[in-house]
Amino acid sequence: MTYEVVGITVLWLFLYGYLIVASVDFGAGFFSYYSKRKNKESVIHSIIQRYLSPVWEVTNVFLVFFFIGIVGFFPDTAYYYGTALLIPGSVAIILLAIRGSYYAFATYGAKESNFYSFLYGATGLLIPASLTTVLTISEGGYISVDDGNVSLLYGELFSSLYSWGVVILAVVSVLFISAAFLTYYAARAKDNEAFSLLRKYALTWAFPSIIMGIIVFALLEQRNPEHFASMLEYWWMFGISFMAFLTAAWLIWKKKNLGIAFIMVMIQYFAAFFAYGASHLPYLLYPHLTIYDGFTNEAMAAALIIAFIAGLFLLIPSLYLLMRLFLFDAEYVEGRR
Amino acid sequence: MFDNDPVLLSRILTYLTLGFHAIFATIGVGIPMMIAIAEWMGMKRKDPHYTLLARRWARGFVITVAIGVVTGTAIGLQLSLLWPNFMQAAGHTIGLPMFMETFAFFFEAIFLGIYLYTWDRFKTKMKHFLLLIPIVIGATASAFFITTVNAFMNVPQGFEIVDGIVTNVNPIEAMFNPATPTKISHVIIICYLTSAFVLATIAAVKILKGNKSVYHRKALHMTMVAAAVFAVGTAVIGDLSGKYLHEYQPEKLAAAEWHFETERGAPLILGGYLTEDNEVKYALELPYALSILSGFSPDTEVVGLNEFEDDVLPPLFIHYFFDTMVFIGMYLAFVSTLFVFLNWTKKWNAFNKPLLMMIAAGGPLSILAMESGWIFTEVGRQPWILNGIMRTSEGATSSEHVGLMLILFALLYTVLGVTCAGVLRKMFRSNPVEREMYKRGINNYEV
Repeated sequence: MTYEVVGITVLWLFLYGYLIVASVDFGAGFFSYYSKRKNKESVIHSIIQRYLSPVWEVTNVFLVFFFIGIVGFFPDTAYYYGTALLIPGSVAIILLAIRGSYYAFATYGAKESNFYSFLYGATGLLIPASLTTVLTISEGGYISVDDGNVSLLYGELFSSLYSWGVVILAVVSVLFISAAFLTYYAARAKDNEAFSLLRKYALTWAFPSIIMGIIVFALLEQRNPEHFASMLEYWWMFGISFMAFLTAAWLIWKKKNLGIAFIMVMIQYFAAFFAYGASHLPYLLYPHLTIYDGFTNEAMAAALIIAFIAGLFLLIPSLYLLMRLFLFDAEYVEGRR
Repeated sequence: MFDNDPVLLSRILTYLTLGFHAIFATIGVGIPMMIAIAEWMGMKRKDPHYTLLARRWARGFVITVAIGVVTGTAIGLQLSLLWPNFMQAAGHTIGLPMFMETFAFFFEAIFLGIYLYTWDRFKTKMKHFLLLIPIVIGATASAFFITTVNAFMNVPQGFEIVDGIVTNVNPIEAMFNPATPTKISHVIIICYLTSAFVLATIAAVKILKGNKSVYHRKALHMTMVAAAVFAVGTAVIGDLSGKYLHEYQPEKLAAAEWHFETERGAPLILGGYLTEDNEVKYALELPYALSILSGFSPDTEVVGLNEFEDDVLPPLFIHYFFDTMVFIGMYLAFVSTLFVFLNWTKKWNAFNKPLLMMIAAGGPLSILAMESGWIFTEVGRQPWILNGIMRTSEGATSSEHVGLMLILFALLYTVLGVTCAGVLRKMFRSNPVEREMYKRGINNYEV
């Protein structure tokens, strides 16, 4: 593998990590608010709090990691995406800032407030929508580059079927991933009421998430035929993704092996996300920027990869400790300590 | 008003975000250290007051961490959004420390989550205390890495430019440039000093309000001893920073000191103001002091502003920020050492009202000094974004929407700041320390 491919693989892994942990977080905010409106708050609220409180900060880091990493490995992305994404990027930052800080205010500080949980629920759906802009514009045709002046074509973005398809896909996926995880967590906590409610949510969102996946797949054919054609070469990965989805939905339906069910959901998105990413290569921004012309110098690439490996030696045991204490510790999950 | 100039608006927005972030980042680096000291004392002396101190500080700390995290995320993204050309150039040279900063942050985030939720989970107190070590290391390491980036902007090195393209990059050389040692040590010790004073202010205000609990007295004594140590350290490092400036960025030092003519035996100018024809009025001149600050000897020749072209000079108003920083720094050192001395001799009462009031002022003042010092160093490098290589105007975005974003972010920070203060107030009011001591069965005697 060349440095370029190693670089983009590392970044894609982190983006995938963010996709999973952030989905759980975003969806949890929405479910928490929704069930509160339906007066079922007490049922799932404590489950969600128990999981989120120790990890919300870690979730945020995955995102920071990605956008700092991409500037390190591919400095030219700063120029193209940075200039084009001023507004959507700033909106995402503002939503993330409101969400993160009000989560802390509500959890550690003030008493429960309806307003806080509304903010938490609403931003849970708006943030994925605003973040997907990046993936949308990477397909090309949404930004103009002339005379070294990059600008985002808002009319094109808002009137395009593809971009709305991606937004809806993101939102329903968030809800599905989150519900699948929380179903598993509630089952571990032996909290039957929460379990049956969350299982209902998971089953509700399973179908829309897979349908939207297929619709977006079809829309891409019109949007970027070249990318679509190379996606077909990875048909088997999408096949794996689909099989994993069916297994997950079946297990949740049958109420058994919910840990495996969530792992299946992770495989479903892993396969689809990597097939999407791999077929997008070599373009980072179609057709302006490839991983080869936007790559950093060799010395920096080597240094970044060494730093990355050293960092993993630090992170993996730490993350393991975090999970052992808060995810796999029966007494904590059940709320006994 | 600003003629929709993306460069100026980007500068203001960056200033706003960083200025707001700096407050939370500074205490974010310093407070874990203070929590660690308090928990250590509690453990070693078997004194539950210190342990409770650590516990309550940690609880308030989470609220500020949240804002530190979200504004840190904001500036991380804003750098690419507002300064795309700069980041394109910088990615090639300082991608490494930026990347490593996120590792440090990751490390800290994981252990902070664990620390906060395991207060009574482990059998030994030592285990819980050990969790603080990665937090302190992570927090300090983030400050370290990100400051090397800033140091690089002051003394860019470790690369060559051939036909406008960055080549021959040496990431380690870029990271450890001449500005790095003084900058990181200054930044890190300032974080500790500011945090010690912010926490001391809380204790001092409580005592001034007539609270006689031993809890606040212990808090004040502990934070003041720490502050005195950090303040002396700051003074030493500040002096070394002056020598660094003399050697590598003489125009910044000269602008800070309104030093126009190159000369030996240069005086240090304190206070005063500058007239339109560059005449210094009402200032206190300390003969030879600038030369001594620059190079250990009154004979040192200090380069003056007249040696530079006008269009590479920083604005001369940075003198005011420089002075604010230095004056407050001296004030903090004086107040903290005086308190420690009075308390040590036992002849005088260290908890006297005027001194308590001076300590109470120390927290807000230390934040002000931190901001002033930061403005001095950043504006002092204008007009460059990469000193001597890229002008600030060349690094900025060409987008026309910066003005609107500036308004949105200003609103965001106002709301965050106000809610943060409100939440912290409410949090400690609704659970006063007396009640918590009673609940935990800790003896609350008064002195």
